[in-house]
Amino acid sequence: MPQSRLTGSRIRERRLYLGVKQAAVARGVGISAAYLNLIEHNRRRIGGKLLNDLAKALSVDPVQLTEGAEDALVGTLRDAAVRVPQAGAETEKVEDLAGRFPGWTSLIAAQHRRIEELELTVETLTDRFTHDPQLAASLHEVISTVTAIRSTASILSEGQDIDPEWQARFLRNMREESRRLSDSAQGLVDYLDTGTDLETTPLVPQEELAGFLSDHNHHFPALEDGFLDLGGQIARLVSGSEHLQTGEARILAKAWLERYVEDALALPLDGFLQEWRRVPGDAAALAGMFRQPLDRVLRRAACLPGEKDADGKSVRGPGLLICDGAGAITYRRPVSGFALPRFGAGCPHWPMYHALARPGSPVSGLVEMGGRTPKRFLCLAIASTFGAPRFDVAPLIEVTMLILPEDEAAPFGGRAAKVGSSCRVCALADCAARREPSILSDAQ
Amino acid sequence: MTDQTSDLKIGGDPEPTVAVTLPRHVLVIEDEPNIIEAISFILSRDGWVVATHSNGETAVEAVLKLRPDALILDVMLPGRSGYDILQDLRANETTKDLPVLMLTARGQKNDRELAERLGVNKFMTKPFSNAEVLETMRALIEA
Repeated sequence: MPQSRLTGSRIRERRLYLGVKQAAVARGVGISAAYLNLIEHNRRRIGGKLLNDLAKALSVDPVQLTEGAEDALVGTLRDAAVRVPQAGAETEKVEDLAGRFPGWTSLIAAQHRRIEELELTVETLTDRFTHDPQLAASLHEVISTVTAIRSTASILSEGQDIDPEWQARFLRNMREESRRLSDSAQGLVDYLDTGTDLETTPLVPQEELAGFLSDHNHHFPALEDGFLDLGGQIARLVSGSEHLQTGEARILAKAWLERYVEDALALPLDGFLQEWRRVPGDAAALAGMFRQPLDRVLRRAACLPGEKDADGKSVRGPGLLICDGAGAITYRRPVSGFALPRFGAGCPHWPMYHALARPGSPVSGLVEMGGRTPKRFLCLAIASTFGAPRFDVAPLIEVTMLILPEDEAAPFGGRAAKVGSSCRVCALADCAARREPSILSDAQ
Repeated sequence: MTDQTSDLKIGGDPEPTVAVTLPRHVLVIEDEPNIIEAISFILSRDGWVVATHSNGETAVEAVLKLRPDALILDVMLPGRSGYDILQDLRANETTKDLPVLMLTARGQKNDRELAERLGVNKFMTKPFSNAEVLETMRALIEA
């Protein structure tokens, strides 16, 4: 049996665990205490009869002294050393290191594995951007269109005489290409902003949660009807979802569903739905009527079953965003036309962020989301505290914002504030809140 | 403009601004109609006789049939890539020395290197300037 140099460390660990003196063990197996000391410090390799005798003296299976989790640890440490050769790690002493400092070496190994995971993620993302056919096709189209425009514009602006027929032809080409460029650029922005419907690999647990909630259209009849075995219902919903691949995502989903149940208990579906239809959008009135916090009313309004109009077409439901005190979006129910960034923070002009500065004060705001076809939304937001209040400790805050799309038959009155999605793809010019330049030339 | 190879002389109306003793023939293999039109116009005005072709699959046949003095070749074409076409042209005795200007929206180092390995004379990334195309074509034909 090949003996690992860590065997000595395990012998020592076992002896100390039993509280037996080195001399006593040594005497029992017929060796000197000094020799056992060398063995225990991995300075002498052992095997065969002596190993079996020591194992017997320590009441342990010899295999447990020669093999163990440390083998994997040592393997990982060796891998880590190979990846960074310039560090000059003393690989010949790796077993000594692992034996003497199991905690620290486990930390090194864990960090090494984490680095490998992150490298894989970066590689996957890079590969996706390099080989994503949709992205490549979009960029190719944009560049081809720009080429045609540049070349044609150059001909027209050279000042040389051009036959009127050709001139008209080039002007027509310019118009065509400009329109095409506008479409392709908008398509590209939409794609980069919202990702693709083609098998997008979730990158963070929140995206797995978003997929799960979207699958259910953010409404869970099983949690509305009867309130029997809700824990079991939640567990089945979570375990039965193909979107929830990671433990972290399942934890997030379970927490969200538990909150959903609390909301549903406080605001039973039938009664709430009836009142919401009676005073659509008047969340404050409903909060007063049901004596419930406004944030709960906003969440409930975003999780109602989908409705259809008289022609049987699905009616656009409201969207919902929840952000924490740092402004990070923790929950999203998208609504068509209100572009949300896939990562990072949203637009500082969203009423959600105004509410963040005024905890407890409801904020409403009519906004116009920029884009090729701007759309207007009424946003209702409230920043609420959560968690048990503690003296002299700042409360934890989250903001809930309901996003109500404009009904073309009954447009919102008043002036709308112009907002965007994320600064990088926002065309708003002269925006004092801009965090970074936009890739859209309109914004320059 | 059609997808078929033709002796279309776009820009025949405008007078050439550069006198060319013997007209040079160029074949433009590109699938974007408005780019074809613009390139054809500027080359015609410069004294070139321009033919165009838009299909990658039949591009080599078009070159062999027309025997142009120079070729402008797009990389991303329907049916077949410009790289494959170039490779075939270099393998053919009659076209192995044909001056080729390659146009592409992909200007990465490895794209350029691939084109050079295959024997391109000049590699230009889109969007390009008209003057640049003209200068390059003149240089190619004079080389």
